[in-house]
Amino acid sequence: MPQRLTPWLAAFLWLGSAAVAAAQDAPTTPGHAAGANDFWSLLFVFILASFIGLGVIRRVSRLLHTPLMSITNAISAIAVVGSIIVTGSDYPTTIRIMGAIALFASMTNIVSGFLITDRMLKMFKTDDKRGDGGKS
Amino acid sequence: MHATVQLAYIVATVLFIFALHWMNTPATARKAVFAGVAGMTIAIAVTWAQPGVVHHGWIVLAIIAGFAVGIPLSLVPLTAVPQRTALSHAFGGLAAGLVGTAKYYLWLSEAPENLTAFRMVAIILEILLGYLTFTGSLMAAGKLQEVKWIPQRPVTYPLQNVSNLALFVIALALGLALTLHPTAAWAPMVFPVVIALALAFGVLLIIPIGGADMPTVIAILNAYAGLAAVAMGFVLDNKLLITAGALDGSSGLILAIIMCKAMNRSFANVLFGAFGQVAKAQASGEQKVYKSETVEGAAQVLEQANLVVIVPGYGMAVAQAQHKVRELYDQLKKRGITVKFAIHPVAGRMPGHMNVLLAEANIPYTDLVEMDEINSDMPQCDVALVVGANDVVNPAARTDKTSPIYGMPIIAADKARTVFAIKRSKSPGFAGIDNELYFSDRTWMLFGDAKNVIGELVKQLAGGSTH
Repeated sequence: MPQRLTPWLAAFLWLGSAAVAAAQDAPTTPGHAAGANDFWSLLFVFILASFIGLGVIRRVSRLLHTPLMSITNAISAIAVVGSIIVTGSDYPTTIRIMGAIALFASMTNIVSGFLITDRMLKMFKTDDKRGDGGKS
Repeated sequence: MHATVQLAYIVATVLFIFALHWMNTPATARKAVFAGVAGMTIAIAVTWAQPGVVHHGWIVLAIIAGFAVGIPLSLVPLTAVPQRTALSHAFGGLAAGLVGTAKYYLWLSEAPENLTAFRMVAIILEILLGYLTFTGSLMAAGKLQEVKWIPQRPVTYPLQNVSNLALFVIALALGLALTLHPTAAWAPMVFPVVIALALAFGVLLIIPIGGADMPTVIAILNAYAGLAAVAMGFVLDNKLLITAGALDGSSGLILAIIMCKAMNRSFANVLFGAFGQVAKAQASGEQKVYKSETVEGAAQVLEQANLVVIVPGYGMAVAQAQHKVRELYDQLKKRGITVKFAIHPVAGRMPGHMNVLLAEANIPYTDLVEMDEINSDMPQCDVALVVGANDVVNPAARTDKTSPIYGMPIIAADKARTVFAIKRSKSPGFAGIDNELYFSDRTWMLFGDAKNVIGELVKQLAGGSTH
């Protein structure tokens, strides 16, 4: 079991060392540039969200692991939010092109992810409800 | 505006959590999609309406293009769902990588004071995870789709793990250098090198992986794609990205752990073990003899049974036999025979693959039973019908310490009174291991394409019922 957590631990440690670096780096006067305070609250959010995720997903029915993967995939395409900002802001053209490609990729995931999840979930029926959709 | 945006992001987060919560039973699962779509729509609308977003043309174009590609991708046959999933992980990784790259160069040229050490670590993590997920998932999708120029069998070469590790260490070291000196004169040149290394690492990571390990690998790539989104959240100082990414990351982690447990292997072993190679050496053992049975004989035995357990595997997906399996299920049910499906967690090419195929064929999900639950019933089972499954019913996992699958939990098909195994040819399964089950006293083989053999069985049973 500890072996399975190794990659996560490594990522965590790296972030931790980043915290220390950021703390030393932070401007002593309050400025709008990201400092150590932002980092801690973001890390807080990340850790809490991970625990919620682990708690909720552990209870997902094993029947639905394939649709689970496609719906979480669509949800993590929330990267669309970052892409919209990069594409739509008054930035140099090359930057905005990268944003537009990222936006396209995220949008593809959102559309196909939610649609195919719904398509799969429609197929899961109990015995008494299966009269209609059958193909034969 | 700031307050509105944050409030909308909180609502979206809550909707996403509910979406995942509703996935815990098929009865509420369709609400999950609704919640997910609602959360996503809110997030997009609020972000787009921000005053900083002034150019709308490209956004509209990119969204239209996303629909144009996304809709066809959602209509693929369900046997192709594993490669579609891998492809969507690739898209997720690409988006994260590109946004990270764009942000770095933007800040470098316009506001270098933003490139704090912490932001740099987040950017480096984002591009490493993003780009390696991109190429790694493309490779996985290619293998699953059986694209010609991508080798299906694991590819191994001497010092593979050492050279991969060295590559990754170099990428990390360059990343560290960039973190310490983000605005140095050489930094804009080193950044693309890190990208190139991440892209190469993704390919090299997947090359040694065989088909049987795909469920685990897809789950790991899922976790990486989620973590890349989390890193993007750290870069952009956006909590919605962090929460949604963390939900995706923990989902990938849990699925990967379940898959690993179901194969009795560790993450490291899956990623660095090159399963297929070990197995190949084992395959050339002594020749044993199969007993084969005719379809007529098998149909007669099936008719006499009280409890029939069908064990599906990837072979069923390849032969597209799930609809014929449903016809067989109906024929047996009509005779008052109890029919259950025994689902091994790693059957197929992604988590839950068999459940989706059988649900597509209109088999009620109440008859799809997990391995742990069905195994205690197997001694009472009259007929176990193995359809295109191999390693997941191989008793060598219990007895043979030298077998590469030793210790893997299996479906106890060998405990059934009679076993019929449908198999396309006499060659060993995907992992290349001989299956002792096929040589057992109680086992009879039905050679042929799964779809044809089951079709014949259905014909026999249907014919028998008329007189």
